[in-house]
Amino acid sequence: MKGGNAVNQVPYAVVKLARDSQRPTGLNYIQNMFTDFVELHGDRRYGDDPAIVGGIARLRETPVTVIAIEKGHTAKERSFRNFGAPQPEGYRKALRLAKQAEKFGRPVICFVDTSGANCGVGAEQRGQGQAIAENLMELSTLCVPVISILVGEGGSGGALALAVADRVWMLSNAVYSVISPEGCASILWKDAKKAEEAAASLKLTAEDALRLGVIEKILPEKELGQKPFYDRLREELAAELAVLSKDPDLITKRYDRFRRIGQVKERT
Amino acid sequence: MAFIEFLKPKNKLEEGGRTTAPVQQDAGEPEQVCPNCHKSIPVSKLWSSRLVCPCGYHFRMNARQRIAMIADKGSFRELFSHVVSENPLGFPGYTEKLETVRSASGEAEAVVCGTADIGGSKCALFVMEPNFMMGSMGSAVGEKITQLFEFALQKRLPVVGFTVSGGARMQEGLLSLMQMAKTSAAVKRHSDAGLLYIAVLTDPTTGGVTASFAMEADILLAEPGATIGFAGARVIEQTTKKALPKGFQKAEFVLQHGFVDSIAPRSGQKKLLSTLLSVHEGR
Repeated sequence: MKGGNAVNQVPYAVVKLARDSQRPTGLNYIQNMFTDFVELHGDRRYGDDPAIVGGIARLRETPVTVIAIEKGHTAKERSFRNFGAPQPEGYRKALRLAKQAEKFGRPVICFVDTSGANCGVGAEQRGQGQAIAENLMELSTLCVPVISILVGEGGSGGALALAVADRVWMLSNAVYSVISPEGCASILWKDAKKAEEAAASLKLTAEDALRLGVIEKILPEKELGQKPFYDRLREELAAELAVLSKDPDLITKRYDRFRRIGQVKERT
Repeated sequence: MAFIEFLKPKNKLEEGGRTTAPVQQDAGEPEQVCPNCHKSIPVSKLWSSRLVCPCGYHFRMNARQRIAMIADKGSFRELFSHVVSENPLGFPGYTEKLETVRSASGEAEAVVCGTADIGGSKCALFVMEPNFMMGSMGSAVGEKITQLFEFALQKRLPVVGFTVSGGARMQEGLLSLMQMAKTSAAVKRHSDAGLLYIAVLTDPTTGGVTASFAMEADILLAEPGATIGFAGARVIEQTTKKALPKGFQKAEFVLQHGFVDSIAPRSGQKKLLSTLLSVHEGR
């Protein structure tokens, strides 16, 4: 096994950028790109999860449902948002809002930024796995366009639960991974310090995801968090929604989009 | 019983591997120590009781053993056995790992798929393999599960699935993660066609498999004492720095919290599956 040489450290540097608390978070995108945002709370089952913010808004003139994982910036905010690690209620709220969007014919736009679904006793008792599984299943046949943008960390199933979409885009310094580099290093090599090496091996950068056919587009981070950045993203989203809204085969294409991902060979 | 022959170890890994406790060689007849009651059980007795200790502890069972236990004699026809994973990311050590695990487990991948009759009812069947990287889901597992649901949809068959998995396979990175979405979409299509899917969750069913096709069945059964959860118990303990509740993530605990339909001991599994399938016949 090679040690942490300079080449291997590059993806881990991206992981650190993706986790930076000063990066724009879900609410920043909502506030800067949409108008008429009305937040809708609660999963109607158990509670309201502050780690996921959702509601109705307009993207230019078009009514949309927007769902965002929110990490917060300050220590107080981050604690309130549970560092963007959603509970099962968060995923159930997201599904409720997606179903509502379907009823009223609104597209769904998701902003994903999480180290992963919350890891805790309560989350397990209330069916974290079941909540994520149900989202994967139900979003696969949602009758309205869904676009998911990974803006920071795309941590495993907890991120995927909001990324079963017609288009998945990533910011250039966002990461998307099956497991955190630290978790991977600790399981495989019993050494969390080998995270740099794990980050390189996991192929978790936006360029990797594009190459693997997991995302459609990388969004440059020029002027990140400033007006021109949000304006550009708004225009790109509006243009893509215009295309998707006219597509009569949305669900079939969404099925095929995920159906072809993976690499297997025929054993002779 | 016919399946007893199948339960006998065929290779080294089965004999001394994680499926069962270590074999004691010093006595006349080989015995195994039950991790639950700590008593020694003669191996022959264990085989004739479907690898269940008299105390009720369910030893892990490999895929072929389960198929022999559940499918009507001679009814199993394997499908998609040629689909295997490679090392798409060039992950360090993975190619060698696959080779070692293949020769040790005698399986090409971590799930065996096919069709079978259970008490006379035909179904599509998948059984995951604990001896193959603890049933982890990479591209091939995702592909085989997806193909099975698509096949079952086309033939209008119910699906019965036995899960055992540590979750998504790290060594295939994002490609493994995406199998969660892929399999879930296939389950949804099968379900939307009004077809039945029964999952039997066995020890352990965790991570990305719990958070996808394992939890998406119409009827969810769990083997007694099986660990069923999303996050690993040790990780939760380390993260929260609190003691875990008694029986945390065990099948009985999961039942109590409303996330499985019933606990299904091995002794009655075939009859139960047969009843459930026959009730839904004609769908």
